[in-house]
Amino acid sequence: MVSLRAVSKQFPSGTRALEDINADIETGEFVALLGPSGCGKSTLLRLLAGLEAPSTGQIAWDAGHKPGPGDIGYVFQDATLLPWATAAENVYLPLRLRGQSRAQAAALIGTTLARVGLAEFAGARPKALSGGMKMRVSIARALVSNPMLLLMDEPFAALDEFTRHRLQEDLHLLWRETGKTIIFVTHSIYEASFLASRILVMSPRPGRIAADIRASVPEGPNRRECAEYIALVHQITETFRQVMPA
Amino acid sequence: MNRLLERLAPFAFGVLALGLWQGSVWALAVPAYVVPGPIAIFNAYLSDYAILNPALLSTLTVTITALLAATLLGVFLAVAMAASALFRAAIQPWAVILQVTPVVAIAPLIIIWVNQPFVALVVCATIVAFFPILSNTAAGLAATPPELLDLFRLNGATRWQTLFLLRLPSALPNFLTGLRISGTLALVGAVVAEFVAGSGGFASGLAYRIIEASYRLEIPRMFAALVLLGVSGIVIYAALGFLEHFLLRKRNAA
Repeated sequence: MVSLRAVSKQFPSGTRALEDINADIETGEFVALLGPSGCGKSTLLRLLAGLEAPSTGQIAWDAGHKPGPGDIGYVFQDATLLPWATAAENVYLPLRLRGQSRAQAAALIGTTLARVGLAEFAGARPKALSGGMKMRVSIARALVSNPMLLLMDEPFAALDEFTRHRLQEDLHLLWRETGKTIIFVTHSIYEASFLASRILVMSPRPGRIAADIRASVPEGPNRRECAEYIALVHQITETFRQVMPA
Repeated sequence: MNRLLERLAPFAFGVLALGLWQGSVWALAVPAYVVPGPIAIFNAYLSDYAILNPALLSTLTVTITALLAATLLGVFLAVAMAASALFRAAIQPWAVILQVTPVVAIAPLIIIWVNQPFVALVVCATIVAFFPILSNTAAGLAATPPELLDLFRLNGATRWQTLFLLRLPSALPNFLTGLRISGTLALVGAVVAEFVAGSGGFASGLAYRIIEASYRLEIPRMFAALVLLGVSGIVIYAALGFLEHFLLRKRNAA
């Protein structure tokens, strides 16, 4: 879908956030960008979203995949909902910005909220929702425009572990059912191993891709306990041991 | 029970203070032209309300007109400053200068320059009142969450959509805080302007009645006018507080 060719990013302050990033993202992949704080993984996400431009190198989209408004769904670390709007109004926002009327959008808003398990909370305002529910609304908002690419920037980092596990399971299921292309930034080896079909391990200062690992953890209820999962966690841990500066 | 007590406390304190005041005036036999007691003040209002009520109405008209003008000016400048860094750099120091210059000092000039006395008073009160609205609204606009601005960009939002659907609603709580401060400042500005204008100005506001009463040593009437001003200030403050509560009820509703 998109190719990163020798992409680097240097901020005006002189910080080299990313250096010589090369990767091809295929349609339908669930890619985890995994690395410690300061390895430029969020910056890479912003470059892919077009929110910032690379200093050198290029981001080449396949023919017919150049993203326009609404083609990229973005989920931030915080839910960042409009506090004055209901869950349904928050999900409506991307459609509203492209001129759809509320009546036109009503059915789609309903099914999208149901998709994240919040059908009964359409009229609730953010203040009345728990952290996990707010994040579900935020995911629904990213999905409602049926984006070709879903970018997620550590969306579950601020949630408690029980809520995080539920959301991870639901997101993985959503990916399997919809076949969406997802790029997911995380600093958790376990999260990356559970969720992704491919893991790009990044090392910091400057941010580089240190390893490109294909995951083959079998689907099923014991995904978190099976031997393949444990082997993958072990493999990633070893990779970090080798690439991390002391 | 505690809540009820808290509600009643200011009134109880007021009654107590008024009682002490009246008691002292009686006990020390202070003449009404030095310090009138609450009863004398109330009687002064009863005998002079035909003069005081229109004066109150006149001062309130200036206050409310100035508050509306300050709101329009403050919000417009805040939006323009948020939209253009150059405009912000050009305007900000002048807004501060206007704010720190005492209105008493510039009121005589404004009263000379502006022929129409009502407009002159409104201009003075607006100068006093607009700054809190400007600075609070500007702070609110600047504090719009950057993630939401990114989200609007990713969805191809126009400048106007970003302004009306995101920036202005985000700044609403800050704007309302500024409005509440400006509401009482507008009253202060109106009174100061009336003082400066004196009989050469509108010659009908409460401040003018206070000056007039002081010249004639009608101290109870002076106090009655003061009480009207104080009550007006409280009513304006409370009304804007209610407006704030009403407009923000949606986002505070759990």
